[in-house]
Amino acid sequence: MTASLAPQLVLRNIGKSFASGTVALEDVQLSVRQGDFLSLLGPSGCGKSTALRIIAGLSSPTSGHLEWPGGELARGEIGFVFQEPTLLPWASVFDNVWMPLRLRGVSRAEAAGEIGEALERVHLTGFEKAVPRELSGGMKMRVSVARALITRPKMLLLDEPFAALDEITRFRLNADILDLWHERGFTAIFVTHSVFESVFLSNRVAVMAARPGRIFREMAVDAPYPRTDAFRTSSDYAEICREVSHTLARAMGDESMGEEAGARGVFNIGVH
Amino acid sequence: MASTDLSTTRMPPAAAIDAEEAARIRAARREKIGRWLMPLAIMCLALFLWHMICVANEIPPYILPRPWLVMTTLWQDAGILLPALLVTLKITVLSLALAVTGGVGLAILFTQSRWVEMSLFPFAIILQVTPIVAIFPLINIYVDNQTAKLLLCAWIVAFFPILSNTTLGLNSVDRNLLDYFRLNGATRWQTLRHLRLPAAMPYFLGGLKIAGGLALIGAVVAEFVAGAAGQESGLASRIIEAGYRLKIPRLFAALLLISLTGILIFVSLSVISHLILRRWHESAIERDR
Ligand SMILES: Nc1ncnc2c1ncn2[C@@H]1O[C@H](COP(=O)(O)OP(=O)(O)OP(=O)(O)O)[C@@H](O)[C@H]1O
Ligand SMILES: [Mg+2]
Repeated sequence: MTASLAPQLVLRNIGKSFASGTVALEDVQLSVRQGDFLSLLGPSGCGKSTALRIIAGLSSPTSGHLEWPGGELARGEIGFVFQEPTLLPWASVFDNVWMPLRLRGVSRAEAAGEIGEALERVHLTGFEKAVPRELSGGMKMRVSVARALITRPKMLLLDEPFAALDEITRFRLNADILDLWHERGFTAIFVTHSVFESVFLSNRVAVMAARPGRIFREMAVDAPYPRTDAFRTSSDYAEICREVSHTLARAMGDESMGEEAGARGVFNIGVH
Repeated sequence: MASTDLSTTRMPPAAAIDAEEAARIRAARREKIGRWLMPLAIMCLALFLWHMICVANEIPPYILPRPWLVMTTLWQDAGILLPALLVTLKITVLSLALAVTGGVGLAILFTQSRWVEMSLFPFAIILQVTPIVAIFPLINIYVDNQTAKLLLCAWIVAFFPILSNTTLGLNSVDRNLLDYFRLNGATRWQTLRHLRLPAAMPYFLGGLKIAGGLALIGAVVAEFVAGAAGQESGLASRIIEAGYRLKIPRLFAALLLISLTGILIFVSLSVISHLILRRWHESAIERDR
């Protein structure tokens, strides 16, 4: 899946400060194209979650604004996956996935087919009646993903969704997310603090710096999809990861590293 | 308000269990039996001691009746005591129902608007901290109907734990879940129905257990203060009456009935609570290790 060139969303000079005096974001410029898989990569506290919440409309910027050149997405057209599974603990897996549709007035019977498909898509067939506490962390996260995708959102926002999972599970879920992205063609904005995860998944990585939170540099990950496990062990991948790591280190103020930018597979597309 | 389809639990395939697991199962079984057996044994012991003290000191029954006499009195005076029990039970259950309606209703109102909560909550606290016995003379003047008087008293005593617990529960919803509902364009009513009320359930049930006991206390205390009123008199009137007439065994029998009622209320509310929460809430889940 290749991203079209038309921007779907543009963040213009977005700033956010809290009453406590924290400047969470300052002058953030970012353009997201339809079908992009964009990772926001940065150290803890650099405002990644804040940026995501602003995009989702859960929080409004102190300065600047969002532009939706192709028309603003309605509330329900944006899916959100939180860092924790954030499921209803009293409801079954089925009911959890049903909830977004239920809130739109879709009955249980009408939704059943689609929910079955969604659960099959995340390998959870047979667990419809389990409640969240009977599932492992990875399975809960899968439910959360299925729930976010059941409404067929045009844009999916993920806030460090797999940070709490072990590496094996994380790899598997990364592959699943990529498949789904490929299949459905939504735009994905993925918050992470893992260089490896961001490079594996995205076609663009926005490296953020903290205090104040800002976009330090945007980088394109110039590797073809579909990305398989073979990509993870390729020298291209290692090279790109090294490059992104260096940029991240520079963003965090360590000037001694990462001077040799522009290596194979990565080109710097700079800050707008 | 638990969701649908909580009926079936998938069982793990039968597998060979190791010694540790077997020991754990045995310990769990022993604990289960012990939970009933131990209190029963202690009670029998206490009754026996009670009996022995009466015998040894030759205490006359009008000072301290022996346990067996209390039992037989309960049987013989059932014709007097049971109708009284029914009256007390009726007041208790009705006032508990009103406390649930009022408490949950007010709590919902509170969560809809912080202003309403800020304005009204202090009055709920005032109502709670003022001893019911002190308010009762006023109620006695303003309310004519005996049943209404008792109901009002028991209600005042019972509704606060429900109100405060439910309010706490409705406000302790996971913030991300609230955001998630907002993202999906949920209306206020949908958020209440599908998120806030189920999330408040464990808190509400905790309040209900306290309120159940308080409703009984409220019903009995109110009747003590109000005094007997014809055929509508409950167990408290019987106790006062028995005290005047030095029918101490009957007094003890009535006391026993009140205690048993209290236990019954507590046990049934605990069972209800367990049935509702057992699938998902930590408080009701049996520990594995
Ligand atoms: N509601 C709030 N009130 C005050 N300060 C806040 C609030 N939310 C976030 N902040 C501050 O804004 C800054 C950015 O927070 P944010 O949660 O966006 O960081 P993050 O990049 O997501 O970090 P992490 O990787 O740890 O999740 C932090 O310094 C945080 O303390
Ligand atoms: Mg965050």
